[in-house]
Amino acid sequence: MADASSQTGRQVLKDGGTRPTRFRTFWNSFKENRGAVMGLWVFLAFLLVAVFAPFLAPYDPSAQFRDATLQPPVWQEGGTWGFPLGTDAVGRDMLSRLIHGARFSFFVGIVVVVVAATGGIIIGLIAGFAPTWLDTLIMRLMDIILAFPSLLLALVLVAVLGPTLLNAMIAIALVLQPHYVRLTRASVLSERSKDYVIASRVAGAGRARLMFITVLPNCLAPIIVQAALSFSTAILDAAALGFLGMGAQPPTPEWGTMLADAREFVLRAWWVVTLPGIAILVTVLAINLMGDGLRDALDPKLKRS
Amino acid sequence: MSLLKIRNLSVTFTTSSGPFRAVDKVDVDVRPGEILAIVGESGSGKSVSMLATMGLLPWTATVTADEMSFDGRDLRAMSGKARRRLIGNDLAMIFQEPMSSLNPCFTVGFQIREALRKHTSLDAKARHARCIELFEMVGIPAPERRLKAFPHQLSGGMNQRVMIAMAIACRPRLLIADEPTTALDVTIQAQILDLLTGLQAETGMGLILITHDMGVVAETAERVAVQYAGQKVEDQPVDALFDTPHHPYTAALLAALPERATERHLPTIPGVVPGQHDRPAGCLFSPRCKFADDTCRTIEPPVQPPELGLALCHYPLHAPQEAKA
Amino acid sequence: MLKFFLSRLGTFIPTFLGVTLISFAFIRVLPGDPIIVMAGERGLSQERYEALRSQYGFDQPLYVQFWEYFTGVLQGDLGTSFVTNRPVWDEFFSLFPATLELSICAIIIAIALGLPAGVIAAVYRGKFFDRALMSTALIGYSMPIFWWALLLIIVFSGNLGWTPVSGRMGLLYFFDDVTGFMLIDSLLSGQEGAFGSAVHHLILPSIVLATIPLAVIARQTRSAMLEVLSEDYIRTARAKGLSPGRVNGLHALRNAMIPVITVIGLSVGTLLAGAILTETIFSWPGIGKWMVDSIFRRDYPVVQGGLLMIAVMVMFVNLIVDLLYGLINPKIRKR
Repeated sequence: MADASSQTGRQVLKDGGTRPTRFRTFWNSFKENRGAVMGLWVFLAFLLVAVFAPFLAPYDPSAQFRDATLQPPVWQEGGTWGFPLGTDAVGRDMLSRLIHGARFSFFVGIVVVVVAATGGIIIGLIAGFAPTWLDTLIMRLMDIILAFPSLLLALVLVAVLGPTLLNAMIAIALVLQPHYVRLTRASVLSERSKDYVIASRVAGAGRARLMFITVLPNCLAPIIVQAALSFSTAILDAAALGFLGMGAQPPTPEWGTMLADAREFVLRAWWVVTLPGIAILVTVLAINLMGDGLRDALDPKLKRS
Repeated sequence: MSLLKIRNLSVTFTTSSGPFRAVDKVDVDVRPGEILAIVGESGSGKSVSMLATMGLLPWTATVTADEMSFDGRDLRAMSGKARRRLIGNDLAMIFQEPMSSLNPCFTVGFQIREALRKHTSLDAKARHARCIELFEMVGIPAPERRLKAFPHQLSGGMNQRVMIAMAIACRPRLLIADEPTTALDVTIQAQILDLLTGLQAETGMGLILITHDMGVVAETAERVAVQYAGQKVEDQPVDALFDTPHHPYTAALLAALPERATERHLPTIPGVVPGQHDRPAGCLFSPRCKFADDTCRTIEPPVQPPELGLALCHYPLHAPQEAKA
Repeated sequence: MLKFFLSRLGTFIPTFLGVTLISFAFIRVLPGDPIIVMAGERGLSQERYEALRSQYGFDQPLYVQFWEYFTGVLQGDLGTSFVTNRPVWDEFFSLFPATLELSICAIIIAIALGLPAGVIAAVYRGKFFDRALMSTALIGYSMPIFWWALLLIIVFSGNLGWTPVSGRMGLLYFFDDVTGFMLIDSLLSGQEGAFGSAVHHLILPSIVLATIPLAVIARQTRSAMLEVLSEDYIRTARAKGLSPGRVNGLHALRNAMIPVITVIGLSVGTLLAGAILTETIFSWPGIGKWMVDSIFRRDYPVVQGGLLMIAVMVMFVNLIVDLLYGLINPKIRKR
């Protein structure tokens, strides 16, 4: 009998020794989701395109070829290999403009997410740890921002600040921020009463240490998912602002702005309208696929049983 | 003739880390009016085998059996529709967690009347009268008012009474009670058990009581089936089982009862039930069995004859021809 | 329930105050002097400039201006448009039915398709149906709707010639505004073909506007259903021998609706944001297009008033959703 028990004991220990790390378990369940992995690859491909745009693009994105305006893509009659995806109304190469457009979209996504998440997490942490009156004040303020439809608020903000891509990013970040605040506060409140936080407080940890070192790492999972999803929202909103003429200004090869330029050719030259839209859709779709995979992998509640 | 007869039932779940066999070649027999207890630790597959009988397992489960019949009717060959006419009617089940087993969006009265409307031809008025009668049977005071209550407004014990009322609404011939008292306070447990055995005596239905509590078994059951790691390891009338257990696992379970303790320390069974990844070869109980030898660890044990409690063991205890005990 | 209602109202009032303050603040920090913008290219004399400043109250201290504005808002006075000289309140309500008509059609499409899609996907979890529906929903969710609108115009208006490109009504028909809803007014007018024309004009914009809410509702319904389907009470319902239709459609859906209602309520904000793009593309004479035009014209009183009205509408819808949530969830109702 003693033999048997020590054997099972050893068994348990050995299992404990080979238990996969947190990242490993995360990666294993992320990998299972084929859509998410596909999204990740597409995302990485776009990232490479964005980084190496000047080397990949055959022409300068604003170079105008006046003798080849509205030339269709290569596979259609009248297309040439000189402009594989055709040219726009003033003879600029679509492919080069799309490749450079990736830069703007990723730039927008990253800046917006970093600004909105940093601000939102800090405010959310403060709200979660603050006395009731401050917490209420912060949350009311967030309610007020959320009462405005995000695109409308961004639009008015850009009108106030002046229509540039930078201002569009600031406006979108401001509009997306309340989501981070709410999310962070909610997870802080649920973590705060747990034993490990109380233990840390009893051990004499200061407030800043409690907030950033004890509690924050345990609230990160939903925030990471939110970051992925707001990355795609940022790209969509920036494109929408560009489309309305309140984002990047022509001749910037930003995808939404390109679409705005192309509106009058809707019925004459499908490629100037279709291609930038496909670029936006594929990018956003890839990021959302990835975000879904992240959520499923990080949130064990939704995991497959 | 058996009311419920199951031969060689196996249930396998598809999980992300490969198939997991929760129930392994189990036989079940219940005669009309009999109380059978199925005993085992958590994870021994006792609930799963009964859920398979009811057809309530999720889509990840694969059920196979040589025979699975209720009152002579083959459950496997039945269409979904025919089976739904049977369950909730002749064959009913109550569950472990009364608080979460009732739909929070509907009143308890609605949920009982729903079963009556499905399986009986009573009109609205008669259904209401039957509900009141049922509530009185299960001992719920002020039935008129309680019928209009939502589950979250009642206590756990009350909800379990509602569950019982719902299960016996259509006068089932077999009631399966899946750990009906585990989630309740100790004081309520005895009441619910008395209620169940009382109703069984009154209506003459068969009763399968799934439990891990040997004390409950001793008080209520007529016959006991012991399950371990998805296999049935022993099956005997209750007195015989307590007197002369034939499987070492049963013996160890009985030895762990406080009433039977002879030493200062309560004996325990070392180790845990094997899970998906650490199933031993040979006898599944061998790593925790103090009598196990190399045969046990390599060769699957045979089923012993009924005189030896159908024990699934190479070396059954209390065997007459051996002077082992 | 009353307590629940009062607590909701308690958060409504400070939020309303804040929204008023924000919409007020915007016009004061906008670059450029509103009076000069209003005067346009003709220019103004110094006296006229001062007169206009005091007429609009811009010479008063900020807190006085806010007090005047706030009391005006409470009486339905949102100022007058610089461009049309009509009260903002009147302009808002003359354009509002167009947006409301479009939004109602869009939300009906979104619920009518999204809810069943989500339920079916959850019931057939992991099967072909589920995958096809959820892939479609994810594409819809990721769609830049201004591009989607252009695509639909290319195909249905350009190539097939089925639907008009812009506006609410064909030029052949004239009739009075009774309700402001083209679908109803065209029927009331009794003119042959008018109703058909209204429907034709409405189809593409409502599809475009419905796209994202549809995808969101389908996804949310599926995940809510999946969560509910694994609950113990669903097993109980099945143990009663109820049909799958009743188990999924009544026992599960009723519980899954609780989070879905919230999502439908939240999509009203999405809808209004979408209306800005949709109305601009389809030249739909509603609130969204009005706001965008006013922003470009720097018609500040309109921007300010419209922003406030839209925010108040969103808040109202959220309040209604909260109350509905209380009605559908007995745990709150009976507390």
